[in-house]
Amino acid sequence: MRDFYGVALDSPLMLGTAQYPSPAVMEAAFRASGASVATVSLRRETGGGQAFWQMIKGLGVHVLPNTAGCYSAREAVTTARMAREVFGTNWIKLEVIGHADTLQPDPFGTLEAAEILAAEGFEVFPYMTEDQVLAQRLVDAGCRVLMPWGSPIGSGLGLNNRYGLRTLRAAFPDIPMVVDAGIGLPSHAAAALEMGFDAVLLNTAVAQASDPVAMAEGFGLAVRAGALACAAGPMAPRDMAVPSTPVIGKAWL
Amino acid sequence: MRIEVNGEPQDVTGTTVAAALIELGWGEAKVATALNGDFLPAVARAAQALKDGDRLEVLAPMQGG
Repeated sequence: MRDFYGVALDSPLMLGTAQYPSPAVMEAAFRASGASVATVSLRRETGGGQAFWQMIKGLGVHVLPNTAGCYSAREAVTTARMAREVFGTNWIKLEVIGHADTLQPDPFGTLEAAEILAAEGFEVFPYMTEDQVLAQRLVDAGCRVLMPWGSPIGSGLGLNNRYGLRTLRAAFPDIPMVVDAGIGLPSHAAAALEMGFDAVLLNTAVAQASDPVAMAEGFGLAVRAGALACAAGPMAPRDMAVPSTPVIGKAWL
Repeated sequence: MRIEVNGEPQDVTGTTVAAALIELGWGEAKVATALNGDFLPAVARAAQALKDGDRLEVLAPMQGG
């Protein structure tokens, strides 16, 4: 199994920590999902940061800080340096956003920041489109994990370009990949795992569900089902029907 | 002197970033700092002098996706 900068995860589910109805619901959702990674951010301290950090530490999961909301490589690099000090990890989910409506990553800014961060010893998880050329540039820059989007952040549209994701997965067999963003349903997460992705990262689909804890459990089951299916070797689809019940021995009626 | 802390004007008497943080109630807090847009590591705060008009960002762990 592919690992994440030397870390093998117990569950291929990475869960965000934002937008829950309450901290208690977030905590319960983590437990119900079995998620192995929590994404966090850095924001101006207004009083809640210290208690939040204590709660995250109590979850006993790996912490993946992000550079959410950064629109330039410079901002993202500075945020990453601050995050490394506060969270005590070299992991960084690198987000350099290129457009406010789609929250589509800026490929040029992402690559520029990835080069700087990798040289400083960061273990970069770059949020990217499914562009195969960009993927190669990021790998050349030192990224050993890639995080293609499923669809725009918070949209819940699922895997928008399955062909692109499938070819990306096939092109880099040794690179761990996480489908990040746009996952709205457990079936989307299962599909990503079935296609050979190593994990999924989601937040809104759980946090904004009517019952976040039940949805979290659903996602936990879905990623397990998807991973099992991938390892089991799915059958090849075919256009024509093939009877599953033996034809030989059928009665002459 | 008057500096800007997280986008708001603040009067501080301390002359270093470390002193200003204590004054603002963040002496023991888990925070990261940036001065005028550049990361300022915790170990460098005591030696970092402040001047009028400096922009200090004090960031803490927060929810994220």
